[in-house]
Amino acid sequence: MLKYTKDHEWLRAEGDEIVVGITRHASDQLGDVVFVELPEEGREVEAGEEIVVIESVKAASDIVAPVAGVITAVNGALADSPGDVNADPMAAWFFRIRPADAGAMDRFMDEDAYKALIG
Amino acid sequence: MAETLRRTGLYDLHVERGARMVPFAGWDMPVQYPMGVMAEHLHTRARAGLFDVSHMGQVLVTPKDGRIETAALALESLIPADVLGLPEGRQRYGLFTNDAGGILDDLMFAHRGDHFLLVVNAACAEQDIAHLRTLSGVTVTPVTDRGLLALQGPEAEAVLARLVPGVAAMRFMDSQVHDWDGIALWISRSGYTGEDGFEISVPAERLEAFARALLDQPEVAPIGLGARDSLRLEAGMPLYGHDMDAGVTPAEAGLAWSIPRIRRPGGARAGGFPGAAQVLEAPGGTRRGLRPEGRAPIREGVALFDAAGRAIGTVSSGGFGPSVGGPVAMARIPADIPDGAVIEAELRGRRLPVTVCPLPFVTPSYKR
Repeated sequence: MLKYTKDHEWLRAEGDEIVVGITRHASDQLGDVVFVELPEEGREVEAGEEIVVIESVKAASDIVAPVAGVITAVNGALADSPGDVNADPMAAWFFRIRPADAGAMDRFMDEDAYKALIG
Repeated sequence: MAETLRRTGLYDLHVERGARMVPFAGWDMPVQYPMGVMAEHLHTRARAGLFDVSHMGQVLVTPKDGRIETAALALESLIPADVLGLPEGRQRYGLFTNDAGGILDDLMFAHRGDHFLLVVNAACAEQDIAHLRTLSGVTVTPVTDRGLLALQGPEAEAVLARLVPGVAAMRFMDSQVHDWDGIALWISRSGYTGEDGFEISVPAERLEAFARALLDQPEVAPIGLGARDSLRLEAGMPLYGHDMDAGVTPAEAGLAWSIPRIRRPGGARAGGFPGAAQVLEAPGGTRRGLRPEGRAPIREGVALFDAAGRAIGTVSSGGFGPSVGGPVAMARIPADIPDGAVIEAELRGRRLPVTVCPLPFVTPSYKR
């Protein structure tokens, strides 16, 4: 199941975890990504907390935790090849989170709603 | 504020090429094309990039008595440079200074026989023209019927010479008039990227045709303001309003080299420009390079601390250097901190090590 946030993140449910990345629309808007700072594994985060820093050639921006939960894994490969975020944003995941609320995915947009959002 | 942005004569071409347009100094300018900032930057260093710099101010300064020396000496009363000694067909870099020795703008000026051609920053053009109009003995004429292009990169000469054969013989900072298809191009061999290249003033009615002729060449890609900024940053060139302003002296901005001995104390035409007593003072340190460890860019405004934890200033420009392959930045650094010293930058609440280094980050490849 793939869902989207208004912050242009994609969320993919895998077991009891959610894998999080950013959409093509977001990576195009950011421009060439040159640096990614990821949260520590095991960290407990609040929904809306800024937990990833993405630096593009143009500016710094944040990725927020879409839901409250615990970070179970991060994609360390992005530290060495941040350009993956532009090359294939749907594959370049940032972190996996185990949500505190098992029904957390339900409130996010499906693909049609997200496409309507970005026009 | 719903200010109407001005458009250059290439606005439609930028949009046609898929540019992302942004407001810049009151103009609607391309920040990048679909190629992206990184690829545009690397393309310019490897081949040839075409920049629309028509937003910049072009101004003619003509002596009322017909003697070029009159105009040269008038300009020397505002600019601490050797204007009088500039040969015809040559261009130099200079600064307008204020009474405190601060920098009002930086500019290029070219000796074109019976007048000087000045190119100034878009954001300062209006103020510069008013400043020039305080001079007596000269007529100040803003050029409103021409656009300005920059063609930069190692293949710029081959490209431009295909259209305008005479340019191959030009050297760095030559300024000449050449014919293209019956129109007069004002060409200087200069730029703002650290690469060899040309800046070309084109009559407005043929600007788009000439730009298209250049873009039709296989070596050439259109380049936006994003890559223009990263190219000049790597080349160690300061940007007005960021690395220098009215509160920064030429010495602090690392531009004391633009003030020749003849205008310094003891020189034949020493002083005689605003702030003469202060322009070589650098109480705030001088502009130098910074290489952050790791990959995180440190950008304008990031606070800097010396090894003892004392605040020593802020980054004046910074970002990612695509040719360097890592972050690069500039800041005014106190004189007692040597090149090679490791200082700290505060980024997102953490102090990161940054090495102070001389500029530039990439070696310029001008044709001297």
